[in-house]
Order: sequence, then structure tokens, then C-alpha cells
Amino acid sequence: MSTEADIAILGAGPAGANAALAADQAGARVLLVDDQPGPGGQVWRGKSAAILEAPPTPESRSGDALRRAIAASGMGHLSDSRVWTIERGDAGWHLHLADGAGQRRRINTRSLILAPGAREYVQPLPGWTLPGCIGLAGATAMMKRDLLPAGKRVVVCGTGPLVFFVASEIRRLGGGVAAIITANSRSDWLRTLPALASRPGLAARGALWIADLITAGVPILWRHTVTRIAGSERVQSVEVRRVDADWTPVGAPLFIEADACCIGHGLVPNSEPASLAGLKPRFDRKAGYWAPQAKPDGTTAIPSLFLCGDGAGIRGAAAAEIHGRLAGLSAAHSLGFGPGPDNALHLRYLKATRFGAAMETLSHPRPGLAALTTPETPVCRCENISRLALETEIASGAASVMAVKSGIRAGMGACGGRFCGTAVARILAAANGRSESEVPPATARPPLCPVSIATLAGDFRYEDLPIRKPAPL
Amino acid sequence: MTSNPDIIVIGGGIMGASTALRLAEGGMHPLLLERGDIGQGASGVNAGTLSLQIKRVALMDYALRGYDLWRSMGAAVGFHCTGGYTLAFTPDEAEMLETRQRLKREAGAPIRFVTPAELRIAEPLLSDKVVAASHCPLDGYANSSLTGQYFRTRLKQAAIPYREACAVEIIHRDDPGFTLQTTQGRFQTPRILLAAGGWLAPMTDMLGTPLPVHARINTVTVTERLPRLTTTVIGHATGLLTMKQKPNGTMLIGGGWQGQGTPWEGRGRVSAESVIGNLALARFVLPALGTARALRSWTGFEAHVPDFYPLAGALPSIEGAFVLGCVRGGYTIGPYIGRLMGDFILGREPELPLFDPGRRFEEN
Repeated sequence: MSTEADIAILGAGPAGANAALAADQAGARVLLVDDQPGPGGQVWRGKSAAILEAPPTPESRSGDALRRAIAASGMGHLSDSRVWTIERGDAGWHLHLADGAGQRRRINTRSLILAPGAREYVQPLPGWTLPGCIGLAGATAMMKRDLLPAGKRVVVCGTGPLVFFVASEIRRLGGGVAAIITANSRSDWLRTLPALASRPGLAARGALWIADLITAGVPILWRHTVTRIAGSERVQSVEVRRVDADWTPVGAPLFIEADACCIGHGLVPNSEPASLAGLKPRFDRKAGYWAPQAKPDGTTAIPSLFLCGDGAGIRGAAAAEIHGRLAGLSAAHSLGFGPGPDNALHLRYLKATRFGAAMETLSHPRPGLAALTTPETPVCRCENISRLALETEIASGAASVMAVKSGIRAGMGACGGRFCGTAVARILAAANGRSESEVPPATARPPLCPVSIATLAGDFRYEDLPIRKPAPL
Repeated sequence: MTSNPDIIVIGGGIMGASTALRLAEGGMHPLLLERGDIGQGASGVNAGTLSLQIKRVALMDYALRGYDLWRSMGAAVGFHCTGGYTLAFTPDEAEMLETRQRLKREAGAPIRFVTPAELRIAEPLLSDKVVAASHCPLDGYANSSLTGQYFRTRLKQAAIPYREACAVEIIHRDDPGFTLQTTQGRFQTPRILLAAGGWLAPMTDMLGTPLPVHARINTVTVTERLPRLTTTVIGHATGLLTMKQKPNGTMLIGGGWQGQGTPWEGRGRVSAESVIGNLALARFVLPALGTARALRSWTGFEAHVPDFYPLAGALPSIEGAFVLGCVRGGYTIGPYIGRLMGDFILGREPELPLFDPGRRFEEN
């Protein structure tokens, strides 16, 4: 089955959905593809269809407005559809999809907008693979979908604003927060004040979260980190220590009982779709990650390829919305639809990035973060590869992410290195005294996510097998 | 440590590394230069099949000796002897299988024909549409992912210096000797061995002795870990499928389906149509694969010349320049032909004849 489009958009979060709406309004034939049941992405994820009614939140209101706009538009929308590979053709792009019903589909599109979003970085630490320990982003996704709190006595740990959002959502949904542990200091936050002032609405919401948490007596341990998560079958307690300005744990340990631990250390762009499309990622020294490059108008080094939102560098949902519009207008204009983006939108985008960039600064990795990963800590979860095993392989001469992967299978499991790739590269760089910019990620390979062989194989008639000339005898 | 090599080996795959090891054993001082990581080109991304049933008749002696070397490397390269079946599903395929396997048996591979009923006892989950099958008890596989780790260790043990991420950009003839300009500076050497696989062609061009080296872009796919479905190496009479389930339960599926790209643009691109065709055939042969998920597909460059026989010998009319590559079945044969090449450079009589790169190439 194949579908034609002028512009296909991968990802229906704030960036992709707005790109689709802008390109659709400009008159292009648009197809929006997303792996979730409905548009909204991670930040505006809709609640499960099994939940009929729930009090609205700012996220659900934004998401609902977006879902209504997409439904009212004439655009094509394929939900529950995973793009497993991207190919460049003579006259555009081919997206290969597998949908939730097990059907394979091909989209032929003149231009392609990638809005793949981000994933969470969690610094591996002892006990992080215990049931009950989840990422901050994973926790928000579950709470938005199921409206269930992460636990009754949750330790929320990490960097950036997400710790406060997760903690206040846990309380709003009836759960309990044992403590908030953040490596950021109050002065880290004070430095973001000028940027916070540019988004007074969001800043006020953040202040309300913190006020609520303080009123409720939830301890907030600034410049602290969880150093160990303990429990026999699942999370039972966490070990917490103070950190210095570099985030190196220094203080005496204290212990907090918990039934869950939500932990995260910032976001990392999903760079694999752009890599498959031929766009090489570049290393962002401050942010500590590899990101494919897009200009503010969403254009890239490849003429018919556009990229927007956190997938091009973490700038947050508000910036992603505008970046999406810009990319949608640029893509449409390049095909002769609409006038293209105007200056005012550009300026709004640049202003919005200030807030997102300031929030991201809070999670820029500092040297001490790596100390959380003890030699025995599994770094590659799929294949259970410890930091010690990685360092042993590196000491034996494995000098690249690919070499480490081949030698001991780090990143060869079901996640394809998406969870451990950043940590492996950082360990490799540190062990060899090199900059992370000299340690590029492993070559992106399809499928972008595991796909059923029955889906890929489809209906196959043996007679149609393309028998080539037999191998030379 | 790299001051005075008496030969520079360009290419750190199985063939380059095996030759370097042989040369060092013979008292020479090779330096090995590799544009990427040791053993990460075709040597490290092929499907690892060690099957005598798919080797060329004229290369069978080389394959049998190469096979013995892999067996002796053992666990360090993930060697497993499982036996293997090659399957035919139509009368035409059965006839082709019969003809070809008979010749391979005469060439020394212990291949016999089995009935579909015998096959079903050995591999009960395979399709019941098989009309003919052959079996070779020696067939098996090694884990090509371990090639880099293995040869890096061997090179270090033999105190052979090597440089990774060192791409040769210009080869200049000094008469005598050569100067190489690389991404890590200049190197002088009296002798060179070109063992650069899919990257060979421009090197022979630079030396003024162009060779018609082309690269096929073979695709391999791996599944998630599965319950035990097969215990042997499975092949198809046309060569369009090789399939083996590894000890960890993952299924490795290949068969020479073609990807896109050139060695100059990176590691090659996977073609969706090829993956779809390859997996459709795999599922036809092993229906239980339908419920499995494919985790990852990748490509590797397999170099060849028009007659699909190796290049192994001295480059014509250039004193001190040698070439080794384009060996069909190069994973199996590589360690052995590297030894032969080393012996030749050392001035010894190789145990089996080499393949003159100066021959006339005719389409096979």
C-alpha cells in the first residue's frame, strides 16, 4: 500500500503537528505520521481512551486544541504508525511504515519534515534497573495517559524543571512525594530568571508547583543527588548525597524510604531519523549531545528535508510549536505553496528559544555526573553490560562506539543503543582522554524501532521471488 | 615504534591482519593502517556463515583450510560447527542444487543429499514445501562482530603496530618504495600490501595499475532473542537466504540482498525492498519467524572483480606492491589466504597457488 503527499511530517508533537497545520493551511497536500494513538507528542499526550472524563490541565487543553485543529483540517493523519526506515528517492522521499494493525505502508512524498522529538538521558547509577525506577519523562507520559500517580512515596530526582512538574503531578493525582532531590542549586535557578521573565505564564506555573510542594512539607534537597537505589524486588529506599558545584557526590549518605524513584538528567534529541535521511549530527559541547542541524526556518543541509523541534536541539515545547510552524511554512513555500515564514514569526521563535535554552542549561552535564555510574552499574540495560566491562573493552583497544558495540554487544539489544549510546560515548571519551566530539554515535540503522517480521514480509508469493543469476559456481 | 616498517599493510580486515601476522612470524616488521576500526568493514559486519555448501568449486581447498583456521580460533571468534542444510523448493532449484553440490562434493566438501523427511527430523520447524535438500556436517558460523576484538588482540600480542582512523589518501611511488599520505601524516615504506576490500579501486588507480574492483552491498538483518527455532545453518539453493540462530537466541538473516551507496559515502544504506524480500523468504522457509521482530538491518561492502576470483599476488610491474582481496567467501577463506599472501611476500612457496592480479578479467 502506498500513499502520495507533497509534504510528510514524522512526529505529531508540538513541532510536527504545527508544521503539518502550517503546511496544510498553505495549500500543500500534507500527511502527518505518528506512532501514538493521537497527536500531542510527549508533552501534550492525550489521556487513555478508557478514561472518559478528567479535570483539564494546561497540557491537556493545549493537546485537545491541537487535536481539534488537526481533525478539522483536511490533512491526512496516520496515527499508531511507526516509520521504520526513510529512503531518499529521485523525486523526494519514501517513508516505510508499520502500523498497529500489522500493515505495511509506503509514503512517497516530495518533501519531508522530521519532528522526532527527544528522549531522556538518565545517568546510570546502582539500582536504576530495579522495577519502580522510571525516567522523569516516562513518569509524565504514564501520568498523562493513565492519570495514575507514580507511587505513594516517590523520590523525584534529577535536573531541570521536570523534577518539579513530576512531583506536583504525582500530588495532583493523589500520590505522595517523599522528597525532591535535584543537583541544581537555588543559584542555578536564579540565573535563569531573565529567561523566566520572558515567559511569565510558565514561570508562574513553576512557582505555584514549588509553593504547593513547600506548603505540603515535601522536602526539596537542592544540590543533592540520589547515588543508589535499593530494594530486593523493587525500589524500597534511596541513598542520597550532597554534590559539589561539578555535581560530584561529596556529603555523607542519607537514606529515604520510597516505593518508586523518578529520575532524569535532561533530554537528548532523537537524531536517528535524520541520520537515516542522510543528515549527519553535530556535537553540541555545552549540551553534551549530538544533534542534527536545522536553521531557525527549519531548513537543513538537504534541500527537501526539514527538521524542527527538540529533535534539532532541546528548546522546549513553546519554541517547538513555532519552529514547527516555520518548518511547515518553509517546506510548503519551497514547493510553491504560500508565502513562506515571515520575520515576526522568526522573532517569536528566537524569543521562545531563550526560555527553552535556559531550562536546558540546568541539565547541561557536569563532570561529576559520571561518578554516579559505579564500575558494577549496568550501562547497556538490554545486554546487561557494566561500566567495568565497557572500560575493559576500551582498555583492550576498542576505540569507537562501533568497536565497543561489536566487541561486547553494548547497544546491540532491542533499544538499538538509544538508551545507552550517550552514556557509552561519554565513558569512551573519558577513558581515552578525548573530547566527546571525537566519539560519534554508532551508524543509525533501520528499523528505527523493532518491527514484526510478519508485517515486513506481508503477503509473499514464492513465485514472485526475484531469482537473480545464481552465484558463480 | 612505527619508524621503520619494511611493509605497510593498508586495510585492517581479516586479510590484511592475517597477512601482517604471517609476515611478523616470518621476521618482517609490518605496519598496518586502517581507515576505520580494525575488523569493522566487511570482516566485521557479514553474516559470519562458514558454509562449504556456498563456496566456489575452485576455491574449495582454500575454504577447507580457512575453515580449519576458524575452528582453531574457537570461542574467541564465536566459532560453532552446527552442520547446515541447503534447501530447494521447486524442481528447477532441486536440479540446480543437485548439479552444484555434486561438483562441490567432488572438490572435497563432505556434502550429501537428504530427503525432506530426514530434514524434518533435524529441523522440524522448517517449511514443509521443501522438495530437495543437501547437508554438510562441517557447516557452521563464527561471530563476525568479534573480528575486530580478535585481530586487535592478535596484532598486539605479535607487537605489530597498527593505526586506526588512518585513511590513506595518496600513494606516491618513490622508485624504490612508496610514500603514503594519510589522515595521520606521511609514511615511507619499501613495500605495500593493498588489502582494503571495497576501498581497493582508487588505490590501484593511484599506482597506475587500475583493477576492475566493484563492491556488492550485502544486507544482514538480526531479530530479537527467540526461543530455539533452528539448530543448523539454513541456506537456499539460489543463495538468496542464509539463516542461523545464535546461542543467545537471535536469528541472523542474510542472502546477499543489495543495499545502496558506495564505500566513499559511509557504511552503505539499507534498502527497504531488500529487507522486505529477504525477510519474506526467511519467513516462507521458517514460518515461525512471523511472530518475531526484526531489530536491525545493516550493510557491508563485498569487493569482487569480474571473474569473481581473488586478487592475491604482486601488482603487475610495480616492484614491492602487492594486493589481496576480492575473495568470494572471503570471511571463511580470509585467514588462510592471508597466510598464503604472507608466505609469498616472505619469498616462500605458498602451500596453494595465489591468484595473479595481472590476469585478464573476463566476465563469469
